[in-house]
Amino acid sequence: MTALRVTRAYKRFGKTQALSGAEVTLRRGELLLLLGPNGAGKTTLVRAVAGRVRLDEGQIELLGQPLNGAAGDARQSLGVVPQEIALYPLLTARENLEVFGRFHGIQGDALAAQVKDALEWTGLADRADEPIQGFSGGMKRRLNIACGVLHQPEVILLDEPTVGVDPQSRERIWEMLQKLKQAGASLVLTTHQLDEAQTHGDRIVIIDHGQTIAEGTFRELVEQTVGPRRQVTLTLDRELPRSLAGFSAESQGRTVRFHAADVAAELPPLLAAVRAEGCQVEDVAVQSPTLQLVFLHLTGRELRE
Amino acid sequence: MIGTILRIFWIHLRRDRVVWLLTFIVPVIFFSIFAIIFKGQGRGATPRVRVAVVDEDVSDFSKKLVTALQKENSLRVFPAMKVGQGSRLLTQDEAEALRREGVATKLLTRADAEAFVRGGDVPAAIILPEGLGESFPSFGSDRPTVELLADTSDHIAPQVLSGMLQGIVMTAAPEAMMKGGIAQLEKWGGALTPEQRKVIAQAEQILSQPADQDPPKPSKKASKENGKGATGDPRSDDQIASRPGASLLAVRVVDVLGEKKANPVIAFYAAATAVMFLLFACANGAGGSLLEEAENGTLDRLLSSKLTMTSLLAGKWISFVLLGVVQVSVMFLWGWLVFSVELWSHLAGFLVMTFVTAAAAAALGMLMGTLCRTRGQLAGFSTTVILLMSAVGGSMFPRFMMSDALQTAGLFTFNAWALDGYQKVFWYEARLWQLWPQVLVLAALAAVFLLGARLLARRWETV
Repeated sequence: MTALRVTRAYKRFGKTQALSGAEVTLRRGELLLLLGPNGAGKTTLVRAVAGRVRLDEGQIELLGQPLNGAAGDARQSLGVVPQEIALYPLLTARENLEVFGRFHGIQGDALAAQVKDALEWTGLADRADEPIQGFSGGMKRRLNIACGVLHQPEVILLDEPTVGVDPQSRERIWEMLQKLKQAGASLVLTTHQLDEAQTHGDRIVIIDHGQTIAEGTFRELVEQTVGPRRQVTLTLDRELPRSLAGFSAESQGRTVRFHAADVAAELPPLLAAVRAEGCQVEDVAVQSPTLQLVFLHLTGRELRE
Repeated sequence: MIGTILRIFWIHLRRDRVVWLLTFIVPVIFFSIFAIIFKGQGRGATPRVRVAVVDEDVSDFSKKLVTALQKENSLRVFPAMKVGQGSRLLTQDEAEALRREGVATKLLTRADAEAFVRGGDVPAAIILPEGLGESFPSFGSDRPTVELLADTSDHIAPQVLSGMLQGIVMTAAPEAMMKGGIAQLEKWGGALTPEQRKVIAQAEQILSQPADQDPPKPSKKASKENGKGATGDPRSDDQIASRPGASLLAVRVVDVLGEKKANPVIAFYAAATAVMFLLFACANGAGGSLLEEAENGTLDRLLSSKLTMTSLLAGKWISFVLLGVVQVSVMFLWGWLVFSVELWSHLAGFLVMTFVTAAAAAALGMLMGTLCRTRGQLAGFSTTVILLMSAVGGSMFPRFMMSDALQTAGLFTFNAWALDGYQKVFWYEARLWQLWPQVLVLAALAAVFLLGARLLARRWETV
């Protein structure tokens, strides 16, 4: 069953076309990663689902119910974690959780219980009563997530939840998100961290120029684009005098590249052919298909461009 | 290195329009306002002092004195009043016009004049006592004393009038002055010859002719000298009156409003300061907090919850209304503790005025917050607006010092209505219901500001 479906989303801000028919489908219990370069339309898409941007065209369905023009309560099943640390710096961690919990309609004992759980979940129980302005970036990020999900939404949107934090904090955040997923939540994340996307995402949607250009698991995306073959790169002591007969290798200066479906079987003959041309191999690099390569293949540019 | 610092400074200065505004534009605006307020002071362009006149003497001398007062350009003299519904003070011309229309009017009595001073309609009333003309000129301590019933919340008017009376009396009845002088001369220097009497009689005849032109103005020197007797604390005028021979006319200033008050003027200054700082607090607080929420992302988060923009604005408005009430209360409590402001006997009126003032100030702060895009913009904009309103609205110096045009302009400011209300409470001892114009205007302003803020806040809602 579908947790969230965005169909043919269009949005223009002045002269800028932010969304040009983007489509996203989030399945129940899934962790979906939304990838795209800066300005691709990811945040606009997230804000449209959150009700902060009105689409010019397109449909949004949350848990099977259309959201377009719906009242605020229709989004009660939705949790939104913004990219900014949207917290009150002079309030303590506990107070921040309490106020945002109340804004989501949680009261009394239920609120106290949720706040207690959230403090443990974020690992901030021992600093619960300190103003958060003294917290590290990672601690604030964790609290930022907790404030967005305190009302136990079924669908959670997270805009760059790991941006600007150290690797340990980032790992901790991924653990928190996995726990949410295990508890049955469906999550959509935007991120620039391709290695994380590769590791943690169930499926990946790539957006560019406001359009969805690819969708699937990492393996599916690799097969759709660069294929499963490894890229082998040789660095020689000098340029090859002529192209290698019988190998589909590309030679550029002292570098030779080719793609191998079976590296163990295909690499030794290639090395022998190079030596036969009188060249010495200084280095050999074997690269598995990466999301970076997939992205490059699809968009013709690096993610950060 | 220093050159690089200067370059950075120059680039910031060039690109920060708020700094431009605060550094160059605001001071020029303020200079202009102060110049407009004070430029006319030396040229007789100051606001005309409104004064009621009661002629209990009804002698030739007192009539001449009233006529001379009426001809003073710097005065607006009210010797009469409209009787019955809508009773109000009338100038001589107004009274005659109404009489021709059959409307009932009457000359003012002392009680009428005092009531108008107490009501704040005029800052002073001159009472010309019975026997004044008969005794003039006389320097004895038993001569009739002209009373100046004054509302000393306007420091200027009683002083101006007191000095002006001494000047006018020199020129209003010169034949009486002459007669008195000759009498003294004959008493101490012997009788005049028939020839001398003839010349004196001719001179008296000339001097007693009704003036068909403006009476001669007192010389600058005379005005200055007479003014000296009427400066500063009104009580000093009592001292003048008790010193025979110190002035031509014995004048006693009667402080009809402040006589029983411990520190009456302090309440006005407490309100003036409190209202200005209330505006600053509300602009930076109510308006600034909205922009801060927008800048740090909490506004987005709040609006993604069950909270609506209307509830958010209402919550912030109520917070800053309560803060404003506490802020002004602290100011007046300090005034009570240190400067003996009579807070407790005026508590109800104080609370009503404080509540509506804080309500309107908080709403104005929110309107300014929703008008601006950044907190930097808000700082420049609110500082300019608040200082302007405070200058024109009477928070920096009393409005009675301003020209009529500026006093009217003041009514378009927030401060003027708030200060008028506080003055009614603490000075004129107004009852609660008498505050309705100020309460109505401030409540209406609060509603308009809130509505404006709500409309402008739509930009933060779904785009």
